[in-house]
Amino acid sequence: MKLTRREILGSAGALLVAPNFAFRAHAEEPQKGGAMVMVSTQSPRHLNPAVQSGAATGVPGAQIFASPLMFDANWKPHPYLAESWKVADDGLSVTLNLVKNAKFHDGKPITSDDVKFSIETIKAHHPFTTMFEPVSAVETPDEHTATIRLAHPHPALLLCLSSALCPIIPRHIFGDGRDIMTHPANSNPVGSGPFRLEEFKPGQRISLVKNTDFFIPDRPRLDKIIITISNDPNAILLAVENGEADCYPFATASQDIKRLQRNDRLDVTDKGFEGLGAINWLAFNTKKPPLDKKMVRQAIGYAIDRNFITKALMRGVAKPQRSPIIESSPFFNPKIPAYDLDLDKANALLDQAGHKAGSDGMRFKLTVDYIPGAPEQQESVAQYLKSQLKKVGIDVEVRASPDFPTWAKRISNYDFDMTMDAVYNWGDPVIGVHRTYLSSNIRKGVIWSNTQRYSNPKVDELLGKAAVEMDFAKRKALYDEFQMIVGDDLPIYWINALPYHSAYDKRIADFPETIWGTMQSINDTYWKKA
Amino acid sequence: MGPTAYIARRLAYGVILLIGVLVLNFFLIHAAPGDPAETIAGAMGGATARMLADIRSAYGLDKPLLTQLAIYLGRVAHGDLGMSYYFNQPVIDLIAARVGPTILLVLAAQVIAITAGVAMGVFAARKPSGPLSAFVAVLSTVGYAAPVFWTGIMLVILFASIIPIFPVEGMTSARFSGGFVAHIGDVLYHLALPAFTLAIIFLAQYSRLSRASMIDVLGADYVRTARAKGLSETKVVFKHALRNAVLPIITVAGIQFGNLISGALLVESVFNWPGMGRLAFDSVLRRDYPTLLGILFFAALMVVVANLLTDLSYRFADPRIRTGGR
Repeated sequence: MKLTRREILGSAGALLVAPNFAFRAHAEEPQKGGAMVMVSTQSPRHLNPAVQSGAATGVPGAQIFASPLMFDANWKPHPYLAESWKVADDGLSVTLNLVKNAKFHDGKPITSDDVKFSIETIKAHHPFTTMFEPVSAVETPDEHTATIRLAHPHPALLLCLSSALCPIIPRHIFGDGRDIMTHPANSNPVGSGPFRLEEFKPGQRISLVKNTDFFIPDRPRLDKIIITISNDPNAILLAVENGEADCYPFATASQDIKRLQRNDRLDVTDKGFEGLGAINWLAFNTKKPPLDKKMVRQAIGYAIDRNFITKALMRGVAKPQRSPIIESSPFFNPKIPAYDLDLDKANALLDQAGHKAGSDGMRFKLTVDYIPGAPEQQESVAQYLKSQLKKVGIDVEVRASPDFPTWAKRISNYDFDMTMDAVYNWGDPVIGVHRTYLSSNIRKGVIWSNTQRYSNPKVDELLGKAAVEMDFAKRKALYDEFQMIVGDDLPIYWINALPYHSAYDKRIADFPETIWGTMQSINDTYWKKA
Repeated sequence: MGPTAYIARRLAYGVILLIGVLVLNFFLIHAAPGDPAETIAGAMGGATARMLADIRSAYGLDKPLLTQLAIYLGRVAHGDLGMSYYFNQPVIDLIAARVGPTILLVLAAQVIAITAGVAMGVFAARKPSGPLSAFVAVLSTVGYAAPVFWTGIMLVILFASIIPIFPVEGMTSARFSGGFVAHIGDVLYHLALPAFTLAIIFLAQYSRLSRASMIDVLGADYVRTARAKGLSETKVVFKHALRNAVLPIITVAGIQFGNLISGALLVESVFNWPGMGRLAFDSVLRRDYPTLLGILFFAALMVVVANLLTDLSYRFADPRIRTGGR
């Protein structure tokens, strides 16, 4: 897929188009009304995505709050709360022109000051610090114009202004001086989006009803969205199969996906997760011998059969992934070394690295950790590694952690040899990729920082340049080179894209399949005529 | 001892017990590995070192353990169970929303277990070597031996998948809209499978116990006398024998209340029943100490109250106990 700079940035000429959110043509007149019941295994802490990442908050959050822009399935920005926008020629500012009739759910108008407040809040409190780090100021020349000033060009800014990442929250509610992280309105928010909160029962259910005063005419089409939360995937499957629920947007276990695909009542899609860009991988502690040697890491790469993992262990529903950038992203470089299975090469590299096999055929011992609670993606792959790496003389001990905090503590304090992990790209490499490879992000005690302690000045330089390069082609070239270097250094062996799938009732039309899927406002979805 | 003094003494014991439960649980939970701040950071999608420090400070996790305990006990004394680390809502609100469903489930299971168990026991006792008696013996062995979560899953497969006549999970239908009476019906419809699952294990015990107790009582002199007086068999069994045979059931029902609550924890997880058990399960995984402590406190409170009520009902059912000591 080729994207021009204009498409990516929506710059010169600005996209002064009427809001058009229906990205698909319809064979029939879309219906209005009805409720859609979604099921989820994830329980949100609260409903304010300005200070909380993740799909648990992101899905309801994107319905409750509107954002300046939205993205389609081709990574193209579209107007939302901002009816148009303009990126300055020097890339140092972006001006948003807001729609004039938008109101919060309490009837107060949505103004540029709320946009300023929201961006400042996200910059100060959201865990993805790189999203608005370059923002030096947000100016509000009038009620419907917000100009975002940048310390340096920020090519990911438009994506950062889209759903799931930039909810516009009301200053008159959240700016009352109380700590935003623990603000009571996080669980009972006054929103700006197509649905308003009817009821939030923590850990049980979220009920959203249509915002009849929404600024986009005739949207949303549904009257109600109900998200029921269950921590038992089997119960979820039965509920979807029985029609107690209408859709299951984040199915990951391969046997569940296969089972849902066999159901005639349901459509199953893997679209709608491109923005998340979730990658399952094996990380190496690059400062701990013998994994400090590139040849040892490469040998492990050659000894692992990525295709066996995706085709056999994950029943063919997961796609192989061989890069730090998700393969569905326009920045993916297909030339990155794949490390196809080659046990001879692996043995040769280990010999060359000075780790000859002993009389028992073994060379050295390593441990592998995994995130508890994700048996198929994490534990079973770790178990596979134990048997597979034995073939090249590496004695692997699979080390279990009783819970997430224990695993996170071990990894973030560098108490590991190798670990399975699952990390998300979040739409642009600046948000979700840089953090794992920048040497400046080696921060002890912080999970999902550069816990591999990987350090390469050339990589730092390339990522530094890519973070400020506004020209798409030049930026892609920087990421291409970055991928080739980390593909050679191999601080991480990338295994597969997490096989997220959505299953939904066939009578549902226009199920969200943009890059953000259900983490973008569900404005267009409707029930087909009975 | 008069009833007032008796109740007062039992209440005092109960309060001491509850304080002990609080302190012991506080230390036990904090002795477990795992940092709540890391859990919150994980749920947030990662956090910077500053954010981690802010989380620890916001929830008082940076203070020494004894200071945390003192603060906690002080709050509890004022009726404040603290804020949930995970949901950032008052624990008391989270529990208040869950305690009703748990009590409903536990009481429904208890009623099913006692009525069905006693009825089966009574009928089996009338012909100790008959087929019904053998059935009760088998049922009690199987019911007692089968783990409650397994029974639950089997019932879900049978009645929600193969013969889909009951809902899979939850307490109400997501799409439900209707009046109060219809709402009650919807709740009862959802309650059937979980309550029956939880009841099975206790039903087995009660049926066996009442069978044995009834056999014993039916052989007693006063039953023979009643029969000799020409009373109908129904009157003999239900008026004369059952009242005496039921005493051990009351005792066991009270003792079993704690087990019933712990069984409810599993059943709630299987059926996604929105009670305290499921919240407890989730809170353990999330290292949500205040919520977990609050639930354990409430569970202990329920057991203390249930035992007190059992003692009182025992005194009511058996005049010998009511007048004992005089």
